[in-house]
Amino acid sequence: MASEYLVEIRNLTYAYGPRPVLVNIDMAIPRGKVVAIMGISGSGKTTILRLIGGVIAAQRGEVLFDGQKVDPRARAQLYRQRRRMGMLFQFGALFTDLSVFDNVAFQVREHTDLPESMVRDLVLMKLHAVGLRAAHASMPGELSGGMARRVALARAIALDPALMMYDEPFTGLDPIALGVTANLVRRLNSALGITSIVVTHDVAEALKIVDYVYYLSQGRIVAKGTPEEMRANPDPLVRQFVYGQAEGPVSYQYPSRPIAEELGV
Amino acid sequence: MMFGRNALSLRGIGAHTIDALWRLGYATRFLGLTITHSGTSLRRPRLIIREIYYTGVLSLVIILVSGLFVGMVLGFQGYHTLQTYGSESALGVLVALSLVRELGPVVSALLFASRAGSAVTAEVGLMKATEQLAAMEMMAVDPIARVMAPRFWAGVISMPLLAAMFSAMGVFGGYLVGVVLIGVDQGTFWSQMQAAVDFREDVLNGVIKSCVFGVAISWIAVFEGYDAPPTAEGVSGATTRTVVTSSLAVLGLDFIMTAFMFQGV
Amino acid sequence: MQRGTLDLWVGIFVMAGLGALVILALKVGNLGSFSAPETYTVYAEFENVGGLKARSPVRSAGVVVGRVNGIEFDTQTYKARVRLDLEMRYPFSKDTSASILTAGLLGEQYVGLETGAETEMLKNQDKIMLTQSAVVLEKLIGQFIYGKAGESGGSAEATPK
Repeated sequence: MASEYLVEIRNLTYAYGPRPVLVNIDMAIPRGKVVAIMGISGSGKTTILRLIGGVIAAQRGEVLFDGQKVDPRARAQLYRQRRRMGMLFQFGALFTDLSVFDNVAFQVREHTDLPESMVRDLVLMKLHAVGLRAAHASMPGELSGGMARRVALARAIALDPALMMYDEPFTGLDPIALGVTANLVRRLNSALGITSIVVTHDVAEALKIVDYVYYLSQGRIVAKGTPEEMRANPDPLVRQFVYGQAEGPVSYQYPSRPIAEELGV
Repeated sequence: MMFGRNALSLRGIGAHTIDALWRLGYATRFLGLTITHSGTSLRRPRLIIREIYYTGVLSLVIILVSGLFVGMVLGFQGYHTLQTYGSESALGVLVALSLVRELGPVVSALLFASRAGSAVTAEVGLMKATEQLAAMEMMAVDPIARVMAPRFWAGVISMPLLAAMFSAMGVFGGYLVGVVLIGVDQGTFWSQMQAAVDFREDVLNGVIKSCVFGVAISWIAVFEGYDAPPTAEGVSGATTRTVVTSSLAVLGLDFIMTAFMFQGV
Repeated sequence: MQRGTLDLWVGIFVMAGLGALVILALKVGNLGSFSAPETYTVYAEFENVGGLKARSPVRSAGVVVGRVNGIEFDTQTYKARVRLDLEMRYPFSKDTSASILTAGLLGEQYVGLETGAETEMLKNQDKIMLTQSAVVLEKLIGQFIYGKAGESGGSAEATPK
């Protein structure tokens, strides 16, 4: 039953009100790989993570996690599935009323009956993995953006999930913190044997660390392949994104009337 | 006025009514969920104790000081009015009955709404805005059971205790002004009070009132936070709404309960 | 996190709250009337109860011996029928008289009991035969003015009302 893919998305369509966000998406995330979902802002990338996490329900199609359907209505099953998922939110989403230590210990205390001494060992181990063991007594407000994200990462991997999802992990980081985070994603993946999905628009950093890329535009998958294939992709849409060109098929201007007409010239 | 045409039109009124009903229904469903998801808090009373600290203990100073001053003002005002009829001896009765029946539960509830209710709304609203609730959900922990229910019950428990302290402090304030400062006879002050204040009719009814206020304020505060739009504007709006709505609810409920409780007297 | 201090504060808070409740119950309200001692019920009929209310005290020699439990209008006799709950430990003779009195000039009204000479005591559900109605101030004043007018030769302008 254990297929080669940890997450499978089949013929999925999701609309927010009358506006379709995702149309006929098919995706397969192989076990043990780092897969990037890329695209410009508003292309529906984050929505895919929310669908995998069962936060929202698709109108059509299905999401399979380890061969089992993700269904927001089946709460007990969904909660069991979520215990095997970890998610890193864009700005970390640390619990501001808990210390760094208690943040990382949160899931362990909620889901297990481990004695406090073991919780302590486990938490310090996870914090050590992200290089922040010394910061365990700090409050989240005292951390920089990059550190907060690494603590959030330690929190997400506290119970060794099978799947890690990263929502824009590189946004708003300085180049050093960015490099640290990117390496961490890669390292954790191989060290813990987990599968990772990275949603990002940071092409340069992502292409360095991922195994496979899905490129989304306007709710559809327009290209997929290994980083090399993406760099070599002749599609102007992909080229504009990968090489960061200002003009191309994606216009810089929001669709509007010609400016001459607007100004009444 | 800019919105006058729209807001005052028949369609505008209808839309507002439907919106209000929709919110009321949603809030009621939320209350039901909070109560049915209270198992976690009951199994782990520490969660509630923590929130009692933030809602109850931190409201203590304002409640005690206000109670003292309200009682002292009652002592002055009551003495001046009663003196006209030569019945200063009834000062104790006046102070105690006003506090135990009305001012204790109502004023402490209004203070509680603005001190603790607004804080709960702001905290929950910010947790939502910074994706802490979403993160919790992704960690397979139900935010309603883990965040909402403890705050709700802490408010319900704190309110009657605070109201009792307010009343006791107020009686002491009345005693200070009446007996110590003005020189009403100590014996008549207490004995008249004890003869006129009935435990069931007055004290117990006051406690019932404050319990009802506690439920109303906690419900409104937690719901407004949970329902707040995840923006700075949204959270501040929700905080204001908590104070306004719960103050009105307290006064309205007080009228209804007073009408029921004292209809036979 | 200092879990210890937090718990301590909450403990102090809860104790203070319960303490305030106990103060309200004992010092402010008279809890004695709540955990009411055993009572027996007697009835008394009055021409006029004035401002007497349910839960008004029943006193004898100034001591509270019971409470008014209910007042209703009897359509047979066209009188007010007052139910009195008296404490068991205060027995009264069968010829006890009940009157409605006022504490002070404008104070609350209460039922005053004055025991008689008979050796037989009132039993549960008995009726007090000797009653005196409330003094209605307006009537009293009216009588006074009428009497004064009569004394001074009955001038027509001074008639009451």
